[in-house]
Amino acid sequence: MTVSTLQNALPEKISIKNLKFFYGDNLALKSINLPLYEKKVTAFIGPSGCGKSTLLRVLNRMYDLYPKQHAEGEVLFDGGNILAPNQDLNLLRARIGMVFQKPTPFPMSIYDNIAFGIRLYENLSRTEMDERVEAALTRGALWNEVKDKLHSSGLSLSGGQQQRLCIARSIAVRPEVVLFDEPCSALDPISTSKIEELIDELTADYTIAIVTHNMQQAARVSDYTAFMYLGELIEFDETSKIFTAPSDKRTQDYITGRFG
Amino acid sequence: MATLGNSAVSSPAAQALYARRRRGNVVLLTLSFAATIFGLAWLVLILAALLYQGFAGLSLEVFTETTPPPGAAGGLLNAIMGSLVMTIIGVVVGTPIGIMAGTYMAEYGRHNKLTTVVRFINDILLAAPSIVIGLFVYEVVVAPMGHFSAIAGSIALAILVIPVVVRTTEDMLSLVPNTMREATAALGLPRSVMIQKVAYRAAMSGIVTGVLLAIARVSGETAPLLFTALNNQFWSTDLNAPMSSLPVTIFQFALSPYPDWQKLAWSGALLITFTVLALNIVARTFLSPRTSK
Repeated sequence: MTVSTLQNALPEKISIKNLKFFYGDNLALKSINLPLYEKKVTAFIGPSGCGKSTLLRVLNRMYDLYPKQHAEGEVLFDGGNILAPNQDLNLLRARIGMVFQKPTPFPMSIYDNIAFGIRLYENLSRTEMDERVEAALTRGALWNEVKDKLHSSGLSLSGGQQQRLCIARSIAVRPEVVLFDEPCSALDPISTSKIEELIDELTADYTIAIVTHNMQQAARVSDYTAFMYLGELIEFDETSKIFTAPSDKRTQDYITGRFG
Repeated sequence: MATLGNSAVSSPAAQALYARRRRGNVVLLTLSFAATIFGLAWLVLILAALLYQGFAGLSLEVFTETTPPPGAAGGLLNAIMGSLVMTIIGVVVGTPIGIMAGTYMAEYGRHNKLTTVVRFINDILLAAPSIVIGLFVYEVVVAPMGHFSAIAGSIALAILVIPVVVRTTEDMLSLVPNTMREATAALGLPRSVMIQKVAYRAAMSGIVTGVLLAIARVSGETAPLLFTALNNQFWSTDLNAPMSSLPVTIFQFALSPYPDWQKLAWSGALLITFTVLALNIVARTFLSPRTSK
């Protein structure tokens, strides 16, 4: 892997060090070393099965829901190792939010979809909660479309709206990092561009990692790009550099569409 | 057949093969249609006999008077009441146990050995002849107590409710997509909150259906009550005493030589059938996919 001239003063929100990941005995990630810079968007790209989603799911320990999956190495988040066995997973996930490939609204009203996560950590009055819900929906670029039907089911929204609801829901609990796992792959182009705009706006406050199959999307939304192949990190650099002058031949082959 | 140029289906051999397949299709269709009619015919006959005989004996007295001695007028009030009491207790006791066990299997222990074992045993229990359950409760409850009782009947029914509810709860929770679990976990919500607020909500209609089907199943059970609650000719709400029930009364009256009793047995059978039918219809409407609220 080549980390070229990036050793500048950018603070690392998350530092992945020597990370190995196993599905059973199957090694899926081979010694990944990667920084996620604070309030920057980092895109993970690579062909299917290269481990980019796996890597993302390590960052909030989502893999812990399943048996026989485990990680080795270190993932430092504000200095603490999130892979430590005594890590409180619920607190971790409240600080590192995640948005999934398919929109996953809960089977409850739009309002409750947002308020649901907040209620567990904060005891807010009715008006405070109303404000938080409005703020989150505004931040999720959805408020104008749903303000008159906050109490109808979240499932009644269109796919793109549902995805923005999920983003609003994630940021409502005030995380520091938001992980996006192919957030637009189930959406139409217009919804996709709305989500991309949204991600762009979110970088003002959040550190973002996004897995995408769409290279144009990676080029559009990210500041840094990590190219992965067969469980290895091949190249990590500024997005403009990766897409104009990649240093590794495999990266070049992939972004020019020669494989993947 | 129309000409299809040089394609393979236009050759005589292919057409002969196709004609043979078509004949085979007609034969199979006829046979399966005949089998369906044969099967359905019995159901229709049973229902027709039940409606004819049952309605003949149905009157207000059936619901207001207790079971009569032979030759006298009377109704089924004590039997209806007994069935209601024991079914309700059985369902109220069995449902929470079934839901919690099903929840454990689908949410907490999905990948462990205990779940596999419990699921296997539960399936056996689900298919166990109900008379075995009756004998079991006779041995562990009736014999030590020294007498038949409504409590014993309720326990037997609860034991019949549990496997049905366990099964549907586990199945319905398993249908809740993992993405929903991940989405809840991703907000930092503990699993208990996920189960109560998300999984139960998503699986609600299915679980309710399971409970309704369990009620439908136990409300027609005769054998387990015969060994536990026995029967009671008189009005009784004492849980510590034998209690009448519709199925047992039907069993007893239908076998009797007295025409009055036989008539009441038909009416009772009609009542149970309609109750079970109604429960099944309600269960189906619960299970049918609902449009967005």
